[in-house]
Amino acid sequence: MNTRAIWSIYRNEMMRFFRTILQSFISPVISTSLYFVVFGTAIGSRIDEVEGVTYAAFIVPGLIMLSVIMQGISNASFAIYFPKFIGTIYEVLSAPVNFLEVVVGYVGAAATKSLFIGLVILGTASLFVDLTIAHPLAMLLFLVLTCVSFALMGFIIGIWAKNFEQLQLVPMLIVTPLVFLGGSFYSISMLPPLWQKITLFNPVVYLISGFRWAFFEQADVPVGLSLLAIGGFTAICMAVIWWIFRTGWRLRD
Amino acid sequence: MAPILQVRDLKKIYDGGFEALKGVTLDIEEGEIIALLGPNGAGKTTLISTLCGITVPTSGSATVGGHDIQTDYRAARSMIGLVPQEISLEPFEKVINTVRLTRGLFGKRRNDAYLDEVLGKLSLLDKRNQPTKELSGGMKRRVLIAKALSHEPRVLFLDEPTAGVDVALRKDMWEVVAELKKSGVTIILTTHYIEEAEAIADRIAVINKGEILLVEETATLMARLGRKRLTIELREPIQSVPETLSAYDLELSEGGTDLTYTYDTHQEKTGITGLLAELSAAGLKLRDISTRQDSLEEIFVGLVQEGAA
Repeated sequence: MNTRAIWSIYRNEMMRFFRTILQSFISPVISTSLYFVVFGTAIGSRIDEVEGVTYAAFIVPGLIMLSVIMQGISNASFAIYFPKFIGTIYEVLSAPVNFLEVVVGYVGAAATKSLFIGLVILGTASLFVDLTIAHPLAMLLFLVLTCVSFALMGFIIGIWAKNFEQLQLVPMLIVTPLVFLGGSFYSISMLPPLWQKITLFNPVVYLISGFRWAFFEQADVPVGLSLLAIGGFTAICMAVIWWIFRTGWRLRD
Repeated sequence: MAPILQVRDLKKIYDGGFEALKGVTLDIEEGEIIALLGPNGAGKTTLISTLCGITVPTSGSATVGGHDIQTDYRAARSMIGLVPQEISLEPFEKVINTVRLTRGLFGKRRNDAYLDEVLGKLSLLDKRNQPTKELSGGMKRRVLIAKALSHEPRVLFLDEPTAGVDVALRKDMWEVVAELKKSGVTIILTTHYIEEAEAIADRIAVINKGEILLVEETATLMARLGRKRLTIELREPIQSVPETLSAYDLELSEGGTDLTYTYDTHQEKTGITGLLAELSAAGLKLRDISTRQDSLEEIFVGLVQEGAA
């Protein structure tokens, strides 16, 4: 195991993050505040409670998930796409490293960044609403797993993308709708019965449900199923990346 | 001693069906400088990319220091430093950090003293903490060399090290390469500048259309293929070459004052004595005589044409 290579990639990626730490920190704070003003205050004042939790508090887990998923994807996809774009990918390809080392370095850094942003949002949210986290460890586990799995997905997108448009395509056309329709801002039980069934095909439902359970002990689907879903998703992404490195698809000629 | 780099029947066929390497076989000895000489699209970069792990070969094999580049890629790649043709550097990264990154990628313990020494050799020490985007093109190329040397490789690939570099910088680069050779590094460089290969390489491998046409000591190649041209300046212009001189296949210049005779230096009889005697017999008076050796450029064009025929 070339642990020095992993550390070098991780460190290099994190340095890029720290160069722009201020905007990395400020943008989630502002966007979270906006969500609270719009959803929490304007809309929340018209909705009493969702399953015993104030609406403002109810949306906190969904809000964190929304950002962490989008950040995980964009961080990781950019991290691997950028070297491809400017040509510096050659040194990773010619270095004595295997796929796991490259992935741990890049995805680890991307996941760390989105975890940081998730925690910033959690901190910002706690300024607006009273939050008690029923299962802090489970909350952290769900958060970390989500950061990692979507960073893995972003990594795949970054390798797949041939231009900047494609880099935005999957997050915009697939992930954003899935996250918004995945119960970030509502409970599945609020939907008509048919849509409740259809929604269960959306993988993001399981993530948000499990995450929300860690906060409020209420969930749309069983927690075990949530864990299974996120574990399965991570495994699929890893398998795809392993295949990419084995065949050199869009990396090596 | 076994060659440090052994390439055996290496083939690369791209997805589109383009055959970039048609079975390349090549041995490179430790400590030598070998130039891969060929026109654009000859397969030079594909060969280097394949040996470095950036391109996957279709068939054939290669070893670096006895380690197979595919089955034992970690050991093989650890020995290789690569300076790519395109200048590709992360623009906002400081010079020292980008060099540290490469060293780390190759699994070497951090050693800033060594890296500073490398930067010093490449006259980059005062640029150490500058973002790479602030450097000139020549300096950026030096940073790429510093990166390639950061992990103490035994084999260094330089892909077109002087492409797009002005004459002064090119000479500079040659000195850098000569310095590296002194430190015992084996250097494989690609170029389509013949004078570059001639100036710095111990051996030259001529490559065209994915095939190695020949591998020769630089001096031997010059001597073996070197043709000389003898130019005879006449005192009085003539209309046509006299019949008696037809055997020499002379070229007459436009003004009718210069006769050019081409001959092989390594032939037993160059025919010069005979020619001069015949000239005098034909009553032609000479003003001056000069000879010129073919440049590698001309030799090379000849080889490529031979290969195409």
